[in-house]
Amino acid sequence: METKNIMIVGVGGQGSLLASKLLGRLLLTKGYDIKVSEVHGMSQRGGSVVTYVRYGDKVYSPVIDKGEADFIVSFELLEAARWTEYLKKGGKIVTNTQQINPMPVITGAAAYPENLVEKMAQAGMDVDAFDALSLAEEAGSAKAVNLVLMGRLSRSFYFTEAEWMEAIAQSVPEKFLEMNKRAFALGRGA
Amino acid sequence: MKKLLLGNEAAARGLYEAGCSFVSSYPGTPSTEITEAAAKYPEIYAEWAPNEKVAMEAAFGACLAGRRSFCGMKHVGLNVAADPLFTISYTGVNAGMVIAVADDAGMHSSQNEQDSRHYAKAAKLPMLEPSDSAEALHFAKLAYELSEAFDTPVLLKMCTRIAHSQSVVELGERVEAAVKPYEKNPGKYIMMPGNAKRRHPVVEERLRKLTEWAETADINRAEPGKDHKMGIITSSTSYQYVKEACGDTYPVLKLGMVWPLPEKKIIEFAKSVNSLVVVEELDSFIEDHCRNLGLACTGECSFPIIDELSPNKVAYELTRTYPTGVKLEEDIPPRPPVMCAGCPHRGLFHTLKQNKCTVFGDIGCYTLGAVAPLAAMDTTICMGASISGLHGFNKASGGEAAGRSVAVIGDSTFMHSGVTGLINTAYNESHSTVIILDNSITGMTGHQQNPTTGVNLKGDPCTKIDLESLCRAIGIQRVRVVDPYDLAACDQAVKEELAADEPSVIISRRPCALLKYVKHPGPIASDPAKCVGCKSCMKIGCPAISMVDKKAVIDATLCTGCGVCTQLCKFDALGGGKKEG
Repeated sequence: METKNIMIVGVGGQGSLLASKLLGRLLLTKGYDIKVSEVHGMSQRGGSVVTYVRYGDKVYSPVIDKGEADFIVSFELLEAARWTEYLKKGGKIVTNTQQINPMPVITGAAAYPENLVEKMAQAGMDVDAFDALSLAEEAGSAKAVNLVLMGRLSRSFYFTEAEWMEAIAQSVPEKFLEMNKRAFALGRGA
Repeated sequence: MKKLLLGNEAAARGLYEAGCSFVSSYPGTPSTEITEAAAKYPEIYAEWAPNEKVAMEAAFGACLAGRRSFCGMKHVGLNVAADPLFTISYTGVNAGMVIAVADDAGMHSSQNEQDSRHYAKAAKLPMLEPSDSAEALHFAKLAYELSEAFDTPVLLKMCTRIAHSQSVVELGERVEAAVKPYEKNPGKYIMMPGNAKRRHPVVEERLRKLTEWAETADINRAEPGKDHKMGIITSSTSYQYVKEACGDTYPVLKLGMVWPLPEKKIIEFAKSVNSLVVVEELDSFIEDHCRNLGLACTGECSFPIIDELSPNKVAYELTRTYPTGVKLEEDIPPRPPVMCAGCPHRGLFHTLKQNKCTVFGDIGCYTLGAVAPLAAMDTTICMGASISGLHGFNKASGGEAAGRSVAVIGDSTFMHSGVTGLINTAYNESHSTVIILDNSITGMTGHQQNPTTGVNLKGDPCTKIDLESLCRAIGIQRVRVVDPYDLAACDQAVKEELAADEPSVIISRRPCALLKYVKHPGPIASDPAKCVGCKSCMKIGCPAISMVDKKAVIDATLCTGCGVCTQLCKFDALGGGKKEG
């Protein structure tokens, strides 16, 4: 099969590494060739962060370039808008509607753009925007936004809920397992 | 068993399987996880050394004692360790020794974009360069075989995209390496001129033999292509981008060893194609070598020597097409990294800004003190440069400059190479004010222990270097400790030490806000009735504070309750004395 490309974007510290770990686990059990690329170091300190997940029969590049992403999963609305150029024609954006002001907005040097979901849709993008933070809080922790987003993303994949749950069990500590499963289910059902 | 591993974790697995039993490194993005992953194997003794030079010398000592040894570092770390590197090239090894160096093309987390391949050439050492995690594991093991077969340290070159990408690896078993007894051999191991003169020809001969090995090594492989119009020589991530763009259209010479280069193989490959293209990241290292061999290369392609390559950059040069996406017609404000909410560095930088200090910065999270709105930094060069730079600045500008200039340096960076600068300050008597930002951890690279934390890499309690005693022992009489959450105390300390007619050290001490053991009071609440919208609290660049309808608003998911903003508010609108949560 042709290589599929998923970008996970957000703000450093939001927990995108767990999302990519979960996807990697699941895809490995399915026998795909996989590459997952992360950036560590300075950019993790509240900066814009991106993780690339690629899978298929044979994956070469560890990163995804402009016009290549089948899915962009975003933890934050502005970050979804930042990376749209990476979306493939016919690709899909799954985004949390939470807004986190970057420092130039906090200091008043820039404004947080308005109506981003509508603007992305007007530009012809397939955007699935929803309040993942509330669902995460409903599941028991604001930190579970990553699992809510994965649940929402899972609706576009042929893997069964049981397969996802198995991968979750392998990726999160036992004491947070039930909460994370709830968050995933809420995202998947939302 | 198949597993998804980071390139760095796979390299560590390779060390493990090769029977490596000694690791000494200094953390540095993107190299850190090799050593962290190696430390998880009980069979491997692993430590954080205070700097890369110490680490490399320790690893050399361990290989002399007969153990397969390793040290890892980022590209700029190899500058620090260059001194031993060039001479252990002459001595060679006893048991195998492998040195990993991780470049950071694109400077995701670095102060320059140097290309470490030049070190292999300059120090006359073999350098292997994996292109994915499976090769990182394989090459780490192969590096030990080469090291022992050719009596040489071997460089394993990583880069951000290999180090921090997970791909599928097949795990093998560990094969214990027999300890090679140490034998005294002054002619080989004492590099004084007479001996070194005899060793240099050995090094040149070794390089010749390694070149011969490279000619037939299967890690330098020619991959067939359908169209011989073009042939591509490449390695590392560049290889992956070439395959992504062209598949098996053109023949590819994929180099797993980037120094020494297989000259005959390259010439033979060039003859088999109509035109030769070299695809490599950063400097034209392989390309220059091809030109030296008399080969015309690259033709109409023009690969930049600045920034990292990408699939589309490579696709465009090779095929003149690449995919494009839709850019949103919208001003998207950038999101640069910032000091975290509750970061202990914030209060201190605010004090430096208020006092209009000239600030010599250093390498760590606190380099973010250079970013607006704090913008309280004048220079950042390399590990340790703050203290030595300040000394020179003060000496050269006379007494007045010393009254308003400071150096800021983290605890780990101070142990790395700040301490020698402080010795110079004391010895040559500049009236420098040095501020050690002691957050009790190596922060930026992801919380590594260091000599001041009292815990070693394996997580065991160990000797804790006492910063106050160390500074006093060096000869600094004025050493004081402040809490960076206490703005009045910071201001007083900075003013008094700047005024002193002698060198002084201020230790700004509070653990990193992200450390698990640190307990925070919890978020404060802002009082819109009291807030007059003066924006005093906005001066500190805290990501938890923003202005909404001209009133300060606290983001309770980020605020730790550090209280720095509370001290700035003259109207008692930010939590006041009481903290909620």
